[in-house]
Amino acid sequence: MLWVLMLHSLSIRGHYTSSLLATLIETAQTQQSNSEDIRCKCICPPYREVEGQIYKQNVSLKDCNCLHVVDPMPVDGKDVEAYCLRCECKYEERSSGTIKFTIIMYLSILGLLLLYMVYLTLLEPMLKRRLFGHSQLIQSDDDVGDQQPFANAHNVLSRSHSRSNVLNKVEHAQQRWRRQVQEQRKSVFDRHVVLS
Amino acid sequence: MESEQLYHRGYCRNSYNSIASASSDEELLDGAGVIMDFHTTEDDNLLDGDAASPGSNYAMSNGGGAPSSSTHLLDFLEEPIPGVGTYDDFHTIDWVREKCKDRERHRKINSKKKESAWEFTKSLYDAWSGWLVVTLTGLASGALAGLIDIAADWMNDLKEGVCLSALWFNHEQCCWTSNETTFAERDKCPQWKSWAELILGQAEGPGSYIMNYFMYIYWALSFAFLAVCLVKVFAPYACGSGIPEIKTILSGFIIRGYLGKWTLMIKTITLVLAVASGLSLGKEGPLVHVACCCGNIFSYLFPKYSKNEAKKREVLSAASAAGVSVAFGAPIGGVLFSLEEVSYYFPLKTLWRSFFAALVAAFVLRSINPFGNSRLVLFYVEYHTPWYLFELIPFILLGVFGGLWGAFFIKANIAWCRRRKSTRFGRYPVLEVILVAAITAVVAFPNPYTRKNTSELIKELFTDCGPLESSQLCQYRSQMNGTKAFSDDQPAGPGVYSAMWQLCLALIFKIIMTIFTFGLKVPSGLFIPSMAIGAIAGRIVGIAMEQLAYYHHDWFLFKEWCEVGADCITPGLYAMVGAAACLGGVTRMTVSLVIIVFELTGGLEYIVPLMAAVMTSKWVGDAFGREGIYEAHIRLNGYPFLDSKEEFTHTTLAREVMRPRRNDPPLAVLTQDDLTVEELQGIINETSYNGFPVIVSKESQRLVGFALRRDITIAIENARRKQEGIVLNSRVYFTQHAPTLPADSPRPLKLRSILDMSPFTVTDHTPMEIVVDIFRKLGLRQCLVTHNGIVLGIITKKNILEHLEELKQQSPPLVTSPAPLHTLITFVRFSPRLLLMILVIKTKSRLKATKNTKNELKLLILLTKQAKMLNLIADISTSVF
Repeated sequence: MLWVLMLHSLSIRGHYTSSLLATLIETAQTQQSNSEDIRCKCICPPYREVEGQIYKQNVSLKDCNCLHVVDPMPVDGKDVEAYCLRCECKYEERSSGTIKFTIIMYLSILGLLLLYMVYLTLLEPMLKRRLFGHSQLIQSDDDVGDQQPFANAHNVLSRSHSRSNVLNKVEHAQQRWRRQVQEQRKSVFDRHVVLS
Repeated sequence: MESEQLYHRGYCRNSYNSIASASSDEELLDGAGVIMDFHTTEDDNLLDGDAASPGSNYAMSNGGGAPSSSTHLLDFLEEPIPGVGTYDDFHTIDWVREKCKDRERHRKINSKKKESAWEFTKSLYDAWSGWLVVTLTGLASGALAGLIDIAADWMNDLKEGVCLSALWFNHEQCCWTSNETTFAERDKCPQWKSWAELILGQAEGPGSYIMNYFMYIYWALSFAFLAVCLVKVFAPYACGSGIPEIKTILSGFIIRGYLGKWTLMIKTITLVLAVASGLSLGKEGPLVHVACCCGNIFSYLFPKYSKNEAKKREVLSAASAAGVSVAFGAPIGGVLFSLEEVSYYFPLKTLWRSFFAALVAAFVLRSINPFGNSRLVLFYVEYHTPWYLFELIPFILLGVFGGLWGAFFIKANIAWCRRRKSTRFGRYPVLEVILVAAITAVVAFPNPYTRKNTSELIKELFTDCGPLESSQLCQYRSQMNGTKAFSDDQPAGPGVYSAMWQLCLALIFKIIMTIFTFGLKVPSGLFIPSMAIGAIAGRIVGIAMEQLAYYHHDWFLFKEWCEVGADCITPGLYAMVGAAACLGGVTRMTVSLVIIVFELTGGLEYIVPLMAAVMTSKWVGDAFGREGIYEAHIRLNGYPFLDSKEEFTHTTLAREVMRPRRNDPPLAVLTQDDLTVEELQGIINETSYNGFPVIVSKESQRLVGFALRRDITIAIENARRKQEGIVLNSRVYFTQHAPTLPADSPRPLKLRSILDMSPFTVTDHTPMEIVVDIFRKLGLRQCLVTHNGIVLGIITKKNILEHLEELKQQSPPLVTSPAPLHTLITFVRFSPRLLLMILVIKTKSRLKATKNTKNELKLLILLTKQAKMLNLIADISTSVF
């Protein structure tokens, strides 16, 4: 159960780093298909008795000027030039596909992390207590900090030699990760030696 | 060598004993010298035999570089032992050793190159791996920055409402094509619903205001809570800005897991939450950390970088450039930031790689186009109005403000962080984050300038009032009637006045909240809040100047260039200068900061005002304390960071800094051929030193080399597993040939491959300024102190840092016992009685603390001795002067 989640979160990270490729492809796709993603935005300040107004149109870059975008023209023929001189038109583009993809991906990663967090903090201690009883918990807490200088060397050496199956490896990796996080938590929140 | 822990500041424990024991030093040396004389001849022979092995430099690296002596039959250890040459957590790397290791590797590859096509491809791959790894880093950090930008914008707007037509759009994107937006209210459109509209069904009125207020606080609190929980559960190292730690890591410190996968993921995810929660923090510092994590992770793909800590730091330098490049959209600024602020070792090759990484990252971010304006940055200014010479005075005043703010912020924030570090208050990180977030949200919502995203606020403050602007800041009176030309200065309208006091409140709020926010256990950057504070102050000054010029345009100052109806003062420019000044005051950066602001705003003609303000702020800030916020945090945490900017001006000698100190037990040393495995293990278990000098023999104390604790433990463990016949009383030898042993003794263990036979040594009379310089320039980890070839002690980086700290505090110069006599005398001459009093008080307090009567007695004796001596010195000094 544990290592499944672990694997899962690891594979997410894979997605995560390759997100660039996905977004680029998606950008390329959506720019052709979605015409909503370009706009020409003209901001026209108040002129005589005409109120200031903002105009937006789906036009291409070369058509992005006041004459094409401001429609209907609020002033009559002879004032058009004077009115348009004051307007400022800006061509902007976005890619809604990238935004959608990013937000959905972000939320799903966040959701998974939250689930995993809830599992780690609430469910797992409960399950463990039910399965092994109280003594196991205390013991597993104890063997976290071993200060023996030779134990460290032992670790270093054994890391390169253990040839076990994948399942064990994942379990081992997860155990190691949890020990590391615990160590980090101790040094940041309890001992305040780093990052205070 | 000092113990494992990060060194503690305020190291002055041995201060009392020093004078009393001043003479014992000489005796010790002499005694040793006498003993040595007896053994000189045979030692020399031994040494000669040793030195005969050619090119034995850096044999320590992995055993591979050791001169292979095939003469010895028992030579099993020639193959490299796995793990030797690596470092423990919270240890300092040895730059010299790492660089040599890399050169060795390079030579090996080069010599094999011509052997086969495969080897040639391998050498090509090796040569290109540097560029490859920075390319990958740039790509990843650009993509992650795009993700963070998009997600943070969206989440930030989630506090106000939601886009019903497409949930994943933020407010601006939601109204992308809507034509219902008006000139005055540009962001209103029917697709975007505020929470009050959704829940209560009405957009206006006190009820909906309260509803929106409530939802704002609710979201802010839940984002902050999620962020701090994720940080606490998955990756505690993901909190904070990360720049102090990265600075320390780049200077050669190891913090395992600080740049790991989980840190990267959690930092990215929680950074979005932290920014969106409305806390007074920015995403720039954490982005540097994110980029460095990418660099570290990608460097594992390339053996050239994964196996060499010094080479890895080159990649990290480039990565930090990429980080700033995407944080601000300032590629050149990023490279300079890496050079000026973070990097420790920055050769030209790294400069080019940083440049390239910054380029790639900026390109990727630009193609993701997170802001939808085809620019990398949010605040791009488009005005190009000239500035006048006289305006340098307000710019410099802004610089002074920036410096004052910087100094105040550093003092206050460090005091607060120290409180968090040392008292019980630091035990409740989650509660603290929630409290700060709640206060921020409650206070921020009523004020429109604090309610909005900080970078949007900066953008608004930077923009100049033109006809196109409709914000409150631009409601000048003449604009109301809509007919006048807009190009000149105008009297401020009621909108501007109300904006002014709102800005003042926002300024106070930001100043207070930023102090308490930086250092929270969520990812928090400092750049954006500092810039916001400066921009607010600058804008206020700018508007004040503008009105001054409008009402007094006949003053001789304004007369020359500010005629009636002319556009002479640009408040937006003042905001820009103020932002640069405040950021400069806090971080004490100069060149990179000006370049970053210039790239950020695109205002090429404003470089001189920016430079003037930044320089002034640095001067003013330095007057109150020489270190920037990052150095201050490094010092607070006690990281072993040897700043290369500071100068060492004291006249102490290597002898006074080395360990063991006078009253410490003698230096733990290993002899080269008469220890057994058991004895060696005993020494290692009893001490906590990280390395041991190896000497010829107990009698002759002559230096042979240096062996690291980690390497010894690994080598012994390895030998006991792989070699037969190694038992507890096997002899350990570091020499080329095994010592002659009785016939029935067990097989000896050769440890020559882990011995560093060319450790750095200085003599005991070397001035500390030279030693400090050696440490800084070569990046040493430790250095042995010798006298006539005898090992006296050792100086480590941490010893030097402690020494610097002691000197900085300049507590009574008694600390440095054979201190330059004149300092002592002048001090004593001016305040002999005072000194005595201090001494008595200190000793008394010490007496109270110690329960041990024996110690009390000792201290009393000491006190009387010192008092006598002081009186003597005082008498001498008064009679001399």
